[in-house]
Amino acid sequence: MSTVMIASVPIEVDAEGFMTDPDQWTPGIAIQLGREAGIEPLTDRHWQVIDFCRSDNAARGTPPTVRRITKATGIPTKEMYQLFPKGPGILASRIAGLTKPKGCI
Amino acid sequence: MTTTLELEKTMEFAGVPAQDEPTEKEVTRKVAIICSKGSLDMAYPGLIMANAARMMGIEAMVFFTFWGLDIVTKNKSGKLHAGMLGNPSSPMPHSVMGLPGMEALATKMMKKKMDDLEIPDIPELLEILNDAGAELYSCQLAMEMFGLSDEDLVPQMTGSLTAMDFWEKADGAQVVFI
Repeated sequence: MSTVMIASVPIEVDAEGFMTDPDQWTPGIAIQLGREAGIEPLTDRHWQVIDFCRSDNAARGTPPTVRRITKATGIPTKEMYQLFPKGPGILASRIAGLTKPKGCI
Repeated sequence: MTTTLELEKTMEFAGVPAQDEPTEKEVTRKVAIICSKGSLDMAYPGLIMANAARMMGIEAMVFFTFWGLDIVTKNKSGKLHAGMLGNPSSPMPHSVMGLPGMEALATKMMKKKMDDLEIPDIPELLEILNDAGAELYSCQLAMEMFGLSDEDLVPQMTGSLTAMDFWEKADGAQVVFI
């Protein structure tokens, strides 16, 4: 675990760069993390995914998988790959300030 | 005469990043998975590994050959069986597994377990893979052998390939044979 500066705030991250404390997250951090992942700007659809990831993580204690996101938000799989071209499985979670999802689907 | 390399070195030394050279080289990883078996327990690993690759932004292609064609054959895709006979990991003795109805029972139990874990069935997994941009190819020779045409396969297929086409497409990929 190490501390990095994201959006001018010191943030705890794990070895793969995922935030370890979701409470440290702010929308400003999401914008910065999105930019680093080549996603700029974050659209309403991105925010819909981010909001769901955060609320689902708060409710279940683990970040949702891509299939869970698509089922719950109604955003099709295809669109998930347009929103997060470099990997919706990890990027949605990373930008939402959560750990790496543990599911395989 | 100053070579480009020397010039770049000089520029780097001067704190100027070399032109047209991204600071962090982007390497796109790629996997090619060969599915050669048509049982439920052989279909899932290949498809789930390919989907996991896509979820991480890794390019993925799946090549269905021999019995693996069952996975993508329209009237078989949703009805694959769990093959327990000849499987040393079978929870039941082979003498029992060989009895009529036992394979159907094992299949039912496995499907129930998958469903409980929210794992999609094979036809849905193929749809997810297609939506995720994974390329799905059938083996041309195996299709000829089994008398199958493109119409017999699920609509998510990208196309059919010869063995040599496969190696061309799989250039630079990590290859997995199942």
